[in-house]
Amino acid sequence: MKMVVDARGLGKVFGSGAEAVQALTNIDLRMETGDFISLIGPSGCGKSTLLRLVADLLEPTSGELLINAKSPSRARLDRDYGMVFQSATLLDWRTVRKNVELPLEIMDVAKEERSRRASEMLDLVQLELFADHYPWQLSGGMQQRVAIARALAFQPSLLLMDEPFGALDEMSRELMQQEVLRLWGETGISVVFVTHSIPEAVFLSTRVLVMTPRPGRIKTEIAIDLPTERDLSTRESPRYFELITEVREALRSGES
Amino acid sequence: MSESTGKTSSPSKVVRGGLAMLAVIVAFIILWEGYKFIWTTLEWTEPVNPSDRILPHTWTIVGALFQPAQRNGPILLFVELRAAMFTLREALVGFLIGGSIGFGLGVLFVRSQTAERAFMPYVVGSQTVPILAIAPMVVIWGGKLDIPQWLTVSIIAAYLTFFPVVINTMRGLRSPQPTAVELMRSYASSPREILWKLQVPAAMPYIFTALKVSAAASVIGALVGELPAGFRGGLGRDLLQFSQQFTAAPQKLFASVIVAGLAGMVFVGAVTLAEHRLVAAKRRQST
Repeated sequence: MKMVVDARGLGKVFGSGAEAVQALTNIDLRMETGDFISLIGPSGCGKSTLLRLVADLLEPTSGELLINAKSPSRARLDRDYGMVFQSATLLDWRTVRKNVELPLEIMDVAKEERSRRASEMLDLVQLELFADHYPWQLSGGMQQRVAIARALAFQPSLLLMDEPFGALDEMSRELMQQEVLRLWGETGISVVFVTHSIPEAVFLSTRVLVMTPRPGRIKTEIAIDLPTERDLSTRESPRYFELITEVREALRSGES
Repeated sequence: MSESTGKTSSPSKVVRGGLAMLAVIVAFIILWEGYKFIWTTLEWTEPVNPSDRILPHTWTIVGALFQPAQRNGPILLFVELRAAMFTLREALVGFLIGGSIGFGLGVLFVRSQTAERAFMPYVVGSQTVPILAIAPMVVIWGGKLDIPQWLTVSIIAAYLTFFPVVINTMRGLRSPQPTAVELMRSYASSPREILWKLQVPAAMPYIFTALKVSAAASVIGALVGELPAGFRGGLGRDLLQFSQQFTAAPQKLFASVIVAGLAGMVFVGAVTLAEHRLVAAKRRQST
């Protein structure tokens, strides 16, 4: 198995001197191809910071970090990962199709190829009928699907998601979770998923990393041994509830 | 970058808008003539004397437009329209110069905090210096440098034009959410790509708001700029001349003021039209 993310003793300090804040300390994380890892924890536990270190949007203060056996900046330049934020962050002067084409434009992909891949991606997230709509004409869930299509358009090996469904209502949220699992199954991509929601983390992941704040660190790792095929019946299975309880207790004990 | 999907005005909306504009004119005429009638009947003279020498009848003013400006010459309307075209050309060139400089400075200041700190106070300061003080200097320097006179007027117009564009360009370029910038960085975009694919399109509604202010200001700049230049052909010179002849023929000044106002409206209207072509209705800051 190839190592997608390999972090050893990773730390991040914001600011300096008396105002320095230790956001992350001693993070060890190894992630293999096809893993679906959720980072869960209270606000300020550094889960979004960790995601941004992996994305090379922030630089670590200490420790080592390799993405696909490369430096994070090399991985970013090689467009090894796609990113999805809590707000869909679609450019509202571009149609849905043009939003999906944005990364391809920056990568100088030829026009026909861009258009072909955008169609393919919109097919994948089942929004092909909305290709020529503008973002504001779509519901929150649909906007997030466009954001996912955009993140997958250049076929990265890693998908980084920062509370992507945090702003959605419960119904859309469950639909989107199912959707992400389907995409994950179809593409074989590796996913790092930041969330506040315990059921969401359990339902989606192969592993859940429970983080605690001050300073942010990984407290416990919980392997999710639910069947690979997950659907509504999974959400009603006793094992699912056991795992939710396990994650909740890990979060609780982290607070004390 | 055209966003034609933004709802364009339906014909009925245009008709309604036109009728509303007409209603305002009618109301204005009624107020004007009503004031004249009541004040004349009651023999009031404050605040404005209603006599024909000071407050001519609306029909006298409109009539003046259709009488020869000089003996055996073309009617005043033609003379003033030609003058308005002349002034509008100066204003347009000034608007383009000022708009480009304003946009360029806005980009520079957003890119470099040092540049912003170094120059921004002077940019602000430049706007508190009255244009009436600047204009003669520009005219004299322009004369010494053999710059065509109309172009010196454009430079004066540009001076009034660039400031709102600087301010709104900066606001607009800084308007994208932080995550949008992170998104662009995650694609390994260069600063240039972030500027042109994210910041500039995001800034368009802000820039157009400034351009509309600037379009009106550039007409004022051109009018004022024509005065110290003292050259004929533009509206500024005519306005000055008619104000000197006010006691003899006040309707001429009022008539040319109307034409000057129309010139400004045409210019701002053209900018609004461009905005409607380039920025979707949903994103416009103003109509």
